[in-house]
Amino acid sequence: MTVIITNDGAIAPAAADAPRPSRPARRRGALPAIGLAPFGVYVLLFLAVPTGLAIGTGFLDGDGAFTLDNLAALAEPVIVQTFLNSFLLSAVTAVVGAVVGALVCWAVLGLREGGAIRGAIDSASSVLAQFGGVMLAFAFIATIGINGVVTLLLKDLGIDIFADGAWIYAFPGLFLPYIYFQVPLMVITFMPALTGLKPQWMEANATLGGSVPGFWLRIAAPVLAPSFLASLLLLFANAFSSYATAAALASQGAQIVPLQIRAALTSETVLGRENLAGALALGMIVIMAIVMGAYALVQRRAARWQS
Amino acid sequence: MTDETIATQEAAARLAALTGGNPLLADAGSGVEVRFDGVVKRYGGQTVLPGLDLTVRPGEFLALLGPSGCGKSTALRLLAGLEFADAGAIVVGGRDMSAVPTNRRDLGMVFQAYSLFPHMTVAKNTGYGLRMRKVPAATIADRVRAALELVGLDAFAERYPHQLSGGQQQRVALARALVTEPSVLLLDEPLSALDAKVRVQLRDEIRRIQLRLGITTIFVTHDQEEALAVADRIAVMHAGGIEQIGTPEELYSAPATAFVAEFIGRSSIVPAVVAGGRATVLGAEVALVTPVADGPGEVFLRPEQVRFVGADDGGVAATVVESSFLGSIRRTQVRTVDGVELVVQHPADERMQVGDRVAIAVHAASVAAR
Amino acid sequence: MSRRGLRLAPPRWATATILILVGAVFSIPILAMVEFTLRDREEGHSLAHWGDLLAPANPAAYAPLWLGLTNSAILAVATVAIVLLLLAPTMILVQLRFPRLRRPFEFLCLLPISIPAIVLVVGLAPVYLVIGRTFGTGIWPLAFAYGITVLPYAYRSIQANLDAVDLGTLANAARSLGASWPRVVIDVLAPNLRVGLMLASLISIAVVLGEFTIASLLNRQNLQTALLVVSKIDPYVAVIMSLLSLGLVFVLLLVIDRIARRITAVRTEQA
Repeated sequence: MTVIITNDGAIAPAAADAPRPSRPARRRGALPAIGLAPFGVYVLLFLAVPTGLAIGTGFLDGDGAFTLDNLAALAEPVIVQTFLNSFLLSAVTAVVGAVVGALVCWAVLGLREGGAIRGAIDSASSVLAQFGGVMLAFAFIATIGINGVVTLLLKDLGIDIFADGAWIYAFPGLFLPYIYFQVPLMVITFMPALTGLKPQWMEANATLGGSVPGFWLRIAAPVLAPSFLASLLLLFANAFSSYATAAALASQGAQIVPLQIRAALTSETVLGRENLAGALALGMIVIMAIVMGAYALVQRRAARWQS
Repeated sequence: MTDETIATQEAAARLAALTGGNPLLADAGSGVEVRFDGVVKRYGGQTVLPGLDLTVRPGEFLALLGPSGCGKSTALRLLAGLEFADAGAIVVGGRDMSAVPTNRRDLGMVFQAYSLFPHMTVAKNTGYGLRMRKVPAATIADRVRAALELVGLDAFAERYPHQLSGGQQQRVALARALVTEPSVLLLDEPLSALDAKVRVQLRDEIRRIQLRLGITTIFVTHDQEEALAVADRIAVMHAGGIEQIGTPEELYSAPATAFVAEFIGRSSIVPAVVAGGRATVLGAEVALVTPVADGPGEVFLRPEQVRFVGADDGGVAATVVESSFLGSIRRTQVRTVDGVELVVQHPADERMQVGDRVAIAVHAASVAAR
Repeated sequence: MSRRGLRLAPPRWATATILILVGAVFSIPILAMVEFTLRDREEGHSLAHWGDLLAPANPAAYAPLWLGLTNSAILAVATVAIVLLLLAPTMILVQLRFPRLRRPFEFLCLLPISIPAIVLVVGLAPVYLVIGRTFGTGIWPLAFAYGITVLPYAYRSIQANLDAVDLGTLANAARSLGASWPRVVIDVLAPNLRVGLMLASLISIAVVLGEFTIASLLNRQNLQTALLVVSKIDPYVAVIMSLLSLGLVFVLLLVIDRIARRITAVRTEQA
């Protein structure tokens, strides 16, 4: 039996062979498109619709009528302060995480590739970056909580870190736990950029008369900058959208945007502000879109130089 | 204006006419001598170079040829200062380089790949060495342009490395290495990562530029055809030592060792009997290029040193094993009745079939033996 | 100039100092957790609290924990089912039949990174009200939301495998030898995707076990919400369970790392 191979890679019997005409054609045309449908429906129901609702409900009041009241609420001092807090938390932990993480990446360069220690650091970073919010909260309560190990140790040394109040359960208490998962995330995302530095660049720099500090300043730094910035943006987005750790540490209170959303979803709705959560979600999505958009742009530049 | 000034100006004008106004060529010198004196290099437990002695003449294009692991790249990197010798001295232009760091050795080096700085344009890459030497910006611009003209890429000055092909990138690397007018040019397998056609084009260009500039050049490669095509002299390296050093013709027609005979060109190894500077091989007596001890031995026969003869012309009987068509010639592998396998080179219009009975004879003025 | 030559990597002492310092700081919270669980009821240290886990004085207090654990297990299974039975076949289909859709599909699958759970849950609340009325209050419908959360990680794992194996050629070869499409998928495609599918499943399990936001704000019980509840009653057991789950995830990710290294080995072999 002769067989022809059509353009889209399907195998079909040649026209000379008479019977079985309709099966291949039907399979080629309709079935594949139908095959995409289940996933399409799924994504529609559980990604598109919820996102649409999250953004859209901000524009509706309790009765479903269009209103800008919820958006106006975003301008209230408390909410503005919440956004500023989130910004501060995300920015500080992103910068600290990026710097410390980059240092760790550089140190790891000195380890043998494929060696046991390096593998262990890879695994540890993956684990710590995924360290669930609730468990992280427990860890920090056990460390610097009221009865935490470090707290008690410092007390023995005469230092009472909670002399001015139990800050670990408030906004300031979020910084250390966040840094704890930001650093491993940085190690994971920045390591490829650092290993992408070619030794030939260092050698070429030397044969052209450049010094070792000059190499790091004029060649390594500019080449690494896009990747570093991309990782920094990723860390910022990661901190900004984090909820679990804050929820576990601060059982009341709403000092950052995700906690504010929690308050809006769970507490009794204030008249005229039933859909504040939607407005807050809209605010968050706008910020995330800007940050991730910038990330995609910078990442494209970084990828160009890495290959 | 004095006579002197006029004479100088006329000389400059003549030179400018010769060099097309290219300042790089106008400044071309006569190169310096490079010498390795008993250089030893060990890596961990292994001795890569047990003691290298090599002199590269001023303005010479020397190829370091050998299989991977023979130490040729190591020797080059020692010269560049990228590695440190455990013993011995490396002397460039009369200066001992042991205490001189890489960035002060006044060399130009082209690597196998990836050496262009990705975030700089072609022009910025090329001018990097000049910027390191604190040359004024205007001068840099002129010399960069001259260097890029030399390699034919002056139109690409504002492009980025990732926008260039492999061959173009290596040309920029070459321009970058030459623009500082170094005393020695080092090339570490610069063509190995390129396509075959580009390789041939670029190696000829490199040779042309080197001849015009007269710069002492050391070219590391594992491709013997490349080395034969461009080098003034070739040093064949094996296990950290130099097996033979000489012109391409010398190495091809008079290989000093079996390794050189097998590495350069193709050779068939044929048993022979040596007596008084001549060898009896395939029933005929031939002179030896270099004398070997009397008695049984082996002779290296190049494909073009064996030819087919008529059945009654006194050749040795053989059977065709396989035959390849190479365009202008054919190479046919035959096996004699004694089981010796040889390769015969012959005109393409002589077609051979597997199993044909043929007769072969030696067709050479002198041969190499061991 | 140092005799080390030109190396990108830092000198030994710098590597050691940085890694030991950072390593020490980062192990403090873990060690603190361990120390916490070892505290005796009065003074000193003992394994009293670990013993509580096995022979609890007040079993009812730990009921939420076992419920949460069971629920998380069910959700993990259900999410993996979504990944294997919905995502993977669709990805194969796109790879074989709709190569032009690959870019948009990739964008779609990576979108959940930009739409964090806390935002998604605002829109999921009304959706799950409807689901609650239709499917009852079982825990498994939550897996639909989790499938979206793990989408970026599962997508990357499977796509890496798809890229390494030339599915189109394999499928064509099988078809030209007379195999029907179901046979092609079972005999040829699935075995070659085993590694990527396993990776995707393991990563999904890790993410599901650690998920808190959606479960908590939709008023469902899973492992993490249960841990929070139990921590108010018996903080020691909560921390013990956290340590155990941390250990489990560490082992999971070690396995993932091993498998991922095998993928790169296959890819370099084929290159």
